[in-house]
Amino acid sequence: MDGPGITALTRTQERTAGAVPALAVEAVSHAYGARRALNEVSFAVPTGGFVALLGPNGAGKTTLLSLVSRLFDTRHGRIRVQGFDIARQPGAALAELGVVFQARTLDLDLTVRDNLLYHAALHGMGLAAARARVAAVLRDVDLSDRARDKARQLSGGQMRRVEIARALVHEPSVLVLDEPTVGLDVASKAAILEQVRGLSCARHVAVLWATHLLDEIEPGDSVIVLHAGRVLAQGSPADIVAAAGAADLRSAFRILTGIGPASADEAGGPA
Amino acid sequence: MNTTAVAPPRHRPGPGGYLICMRGVIWRESLRFVHQRARFLAALVRPLVWLVIFAAGWRQVLGVSIMPPYHTYILYSTYVVPGLMAMVQFFYGMQSSLSMVYDREMGNMRVLLVSPFPRWFLLVSKLTASTVISVIQCYAFLLAAWLWGVDLPQLAWISVLPALLLCGFMLGAMGMVLSSLVRQLENFAGVMNFVIFPLFFASSALYPLWQVQQSSPLLYQACQLNPFTYTVELIRFSLYSTMNLTALAVVAGCTVAFTAAAILAYDPARGLMARRQGAGG
Repeated sequence: MDGPGITALTRTQERTAGAVPALAVEAVSHAYGARRALNEVSFAVPTGGFVALLGPNGAGKTTLLSLVSRLFDTRHGRIRVQGFDIARQPGAALAELGVVFQARTLDLDLTVRDNLLYHAALHGMGLAAARARVAAVLRDVDLSDRARDKARQLSGGQMRRVEIARALVHEPSVLVLDEPTVGLDVASKAAILEQVRGLSCARHVAVLWATHLLDEIEPGDSVIVLHAGRVLAQGSPADIVAAAGAADLRSAFRILTGIGPASADEAGGPA
Repeated sequence: MNTTAVAPPRHRPGPGGYLICMRGVIWRESLRFVHQRARFLAALVRPLVWLVIFAAGWRQVLGVSIMPPYHTYILYSTYVVPGLMAMVQFFYGMQSSLSMVYDREMGNMRVLLVSPFPRWFLLVSKLTASTVISVIQCYAFLLAAWLWGVDLPQLAWISVLPALLLCGFMLGAMGMVLSSLVRQLENFAGVMNFVIFPLFFASSALYPLWQVQQSSPLLYQACQLNPFTYTVELIRFSLYSTMNLTALAVVAGCTVAFTAAAILAYDPARGLMARRQGAGG
């Protein structure tokens, strides 16, 4: 296990050249006792790419993201963040990773600014640098004016934007988000999706966006369809539609997962 | 969207980051403590009730004969202060563990655990933070006890500090081990009843061990096997600027053992799995 300060120059050069995918998941399996949650899952997220991990409830998305963020130990397969193995070099890998969890994880008694400063400290950032970064990321998510408010005073959508800002404080090159729009109204969902897409584009941050909502996917995205712990298809929406022999992504999703219309509606509505 | 097109240099923590990280964890714990004044008052009231009511009642019944580290006869209220200080730390250690179970269930622990620093270091930072707060609480209690008329040596305020730091860490680590064994928050109440109270009462916190030995040899043996007895004695001797080497050795050994066990036993997946029973994703 390494410390966070260890980085390989050659890795950095490869990363700059784009030779190493920002996030590589290779033949990863995971089980809860006898129940297998993930089965030989493999995919890659390129530097600056936006990849949607699409799957219904119970597909294994949260389990996968828990493995990516080292909350669970990877026992089968390998996960690499910017080339750093999360099991063998967790410090270097986690320094490259920003995580937005499905559950709210802000400390409600702290101010927005203090929540972000705490996160900066957890990444070893000095106070001056942390203050500057916190101001910058709050600007990025249009919440500079709420910095001194307690987290509990924010709306659900604003809390989510603060969590995204928090995940970006330490300038990660990979951002993983676990169903970040769950429980939000339509306008908030759209705003968050737009902000994350903008950040991905402007900052070359690779994004893995876990969702069960088909309407969050755009034609230019890469999509991984995960169901019952297996990757059923991956590629552009057009590729997936063509491979499934369907008319649109919604139909392709139904064909691939075998989930009927009622469940499909629950799982995301029309594409 | 206010993002700019220029990607800034990425931040990578260096070796000095360890200190910054630990300071951050202590700072967050302190802020939570400040925001939860009721918790502070409850922690202070509990030992004060013992001192002001229980010890006052026993004061006329029980005097404590000359025994180390005391050089003269002392009042029961003086005798009971180290035990109550240890109780303050014990309760805070358990409370901090309780908050870890809560944090694990609510997801706040995940924010800590995705830090790039090693997991053992993050847990030690969390223990250090809870120790610092428990020491502050102890000093608040000591001040109240002094104002109540408990006689303390002048040097006690300084000489007791190392013992409080060590005992706080040990009790916090013990709590962390227990919290690792608790799957959900609801189970923690049982731990409080089956761990805190037996350990507190079967120790030298409230009665000198020689008196326990006279009344029940079996209880005396239990008291001698109880690590809490040694935290009480370490604090007691430190208040009088004397060293109890046996107590120091036991507390230091237990600190290492409990910390190692806490690090090995801590499984962040436990709370997450509990949350996800029946949930999807």
